Amino acid sequence: MAIKLTEEMLKGIPDARGHFGDYGGRFVSETLIDSLEHLEKEYRRLRNDPEFRRRFDADLQDYVGRPTPLYHAERLSRENGGAQIWLKREDLNHTGAHKVNNTIGQALLAQFLGKPRVIAETGAGQHGVATATVAARLGLKCKVFMGAEDVRRQALNVYRMKLLGAEVVPVDSGTRTLKDAMNEALRDWVTNVDDTFYIIGTVAGPHPYPLMVRDFQSVIGTEARRQHLEKTGRLPDALVACVGGGSNAIGLFYPFLTDESVALYGVEAGGHGIESGEHAAPLSAGRAGVLHGNRTYLMEDENGQIAGTHSISAGLDYPGVGPEHSWLKDIGRANYVSVTDDEAMAAFRQLTEVEGIMPALETAHAVAYALKLAADMDPEQSIIINLSGRGDKDIQTVAEIDNIEF
Amino acid sequence: MSRIDGVLTDLRKQGRRALIPYITAGDPDKAETLAIMHTLVESGADIIELGVPFSDPMADGPVIQRACERALAKGCSLRDVLDIVARFRETDRTTPVVLMGYLNPIEAMGGDAFVERAAEVGVDGVLVVDLPPEEADLLIPALKARNLDAVFLLSPTTTDERIRLISQHCSGYVYYVSLKGVTGSATIDTESVGARVDHIHAITALPVGVGFGIRDAKTARAVGAVSDAVIVGSVIVDCIGHHPEGGAELHRALKGLVQPLREGLDELPALEGAN
Repeated sequence: MAIKLTEEMLKGIPDARGHFGDYGGRFVSETLIDSLEHLEKEYRRLRNDPEFRRRFDADLQDYVGRPTPLYHAERLSRENGGAQIWLKREDLNHTGAHKVNNTIGQALLAQFLGKPRVIAETGAGQHGVATATVAARLGLKCKVFMGAEDVRRQALNVYRMKLLGAEVVPVDSGTRTLKDAMNEALRDWVTNVDDTFYIIGTVAGPHPYPLMVRDFQSVIGTEARRQHLEKTGRLPDALVACVGGGSNAIGLFYPFLTDESVALYGVEAGGHGIESGEHAAPLSAGRAGVLHGNRTYLMEDENGQIAGTHSISAGLDYPGVGPEHSWLKDIGRANYVSVTDDEAMAAFRQLTEVEGIMPALETAHAVAYALKLAADMDPEQSIIINLSGRGDKDIQTVAEIDNIEF
Repeated sequence: MSRIDGVLTDLRKQGRRALIPYITAGDPDKAETLAIMHTLVESGADIIELGVPFSDPMADGPVIQRACERALAKGCSLRDVLDIVARFRETDRTTPVVLMGYLNPIEAMGGDAFVERAAEVGVDGVLVVDLPPEEADLLIPALKARNLDAVFLLSPTTTDERIRLISQHCSGYVYYVSLKGVTGSATIDTESVGARVDHIHAITALPVGVGFGIRDAKTARAVGAVSDAVIVGSVIVDCIGHHPEGGAELHRALKGLVQPLREGLDELPALEGAN
């Protein structure tokens, strides 16, 4: 049974050691502890600093282009039947996804802390591009770690990062995807900790990253809540967002956590189907463990080795998930579901053809589930989908499926 | 007194430093790991750190990452590592073995089941790289209850307050990570290491082993001059990696690598406090 969350309860989440219930924490080598303690201390100071807040808000408005619209997808709602579907248009942000909300915040932190160099891990390349973008603007040196397999899948974003002046390092270890890129970024950070700020792209990693990234991404839900109230006079009935690490989902969900009437759905990558074992859905089919500095649901084998994942979308191809999602699952506040590669592809086409909006393949997972959910609801009800990114970067993947060569 | 305390106390009485080689278990395969452990002892190892392979060794450099990948490709699990120790103890009852690895494989086996089996097969200590003292309750009390030592890392950036906190949980020895970086990183500044080890000695009575960046007799001697124990990993793992077939050639190469480290350490003037 779900517990009712209050503002008072949320103040203690995460606790002083970065725990979200049983999850989160700071499970790292002693070599990183001092840097994380320093970062936490500085962040707790700056998060309430008026000058830091002012610069963050100004950058989101004038550089990123916020607030992003909350768009009523009327034709899609009508054709699908059931609930009204609203799209929170994070795809309209500068660089084309929600990722930039967080990189603006963390790069600003890097600047306030006097770090001339930033590093990042990236899967689909959206976080890498968003990091390279803010690094270019602030004149910071930038290195992005990317799994060699993802470098191949996301060639366009690799080139974008290079144009922005970033060095892209293909990572050849392990499964050559996002988790390995994160290992490599952590290794770089521990080696160059004096002059380097590590900009983690999702609500995972050691404390205080899940807290920090949630704070920066919460602008999504704060805006969406206000916009939905303005446009309809009431709160939405459900929110739907895709979950890889889970930053866009937390960003949308967080300002609604105490709104008991609003159902929350996080959509994981079902790949070839949960039963096939080839997916990236730790909340749907994994178990609790420790990876990348936090305790959370993971995909692992019976010996505790992290399992390879599969998803058509590189951005969801991660065996872990942010610890706050693990907590929200266990307390029953959010529901976690999955859709397959094929369902996501169908939703990609449907949104493109019916609304003229081409979503990222990650985002298409949220669209696919929302369409099923909406169909079983009433037309007076409404759903907000976090349209977390645009699909330009995925054109090549889609074309390959259609057997089209450029 | 634990087997680790016994060995380190005896060495101290003789004014000598401990040599602690690290290898990744299961590389090149489980049978060869057992043979390598005996070769290391014959070549002068006092304690063996036996790495438990993990798919995501985030504190390790490329040499140990690749060793983990090779060991996992051969299917070496934590249970297999414990079996290797059981075999080792059939013929060697004196050389302490410290398991070094990451938390997730231990949790997957179950902390209590792991500790139980580790004690049963003759493991002496456990170093969990990503288990900070703040989370020690997850495993350390269970280790203590079975008289297993819990070894912790200290880094160049560990504050005095944390050195005290870690000493409360740590036993056997502390492992001082000599530089900012991952295992197998390039150079080591022995002068600053010496000052740092003196500082740690002033705070805790635990013996201090120094690792990361020690690659030959020269660096081993320099680090041994300022510490109680010298931990050597990546050069040994690299040597094993260059002999994927194992066999006599590998063991000759390992002796050629480890014996000079031993000799280098034993050339040093006796430690203070020796009888």
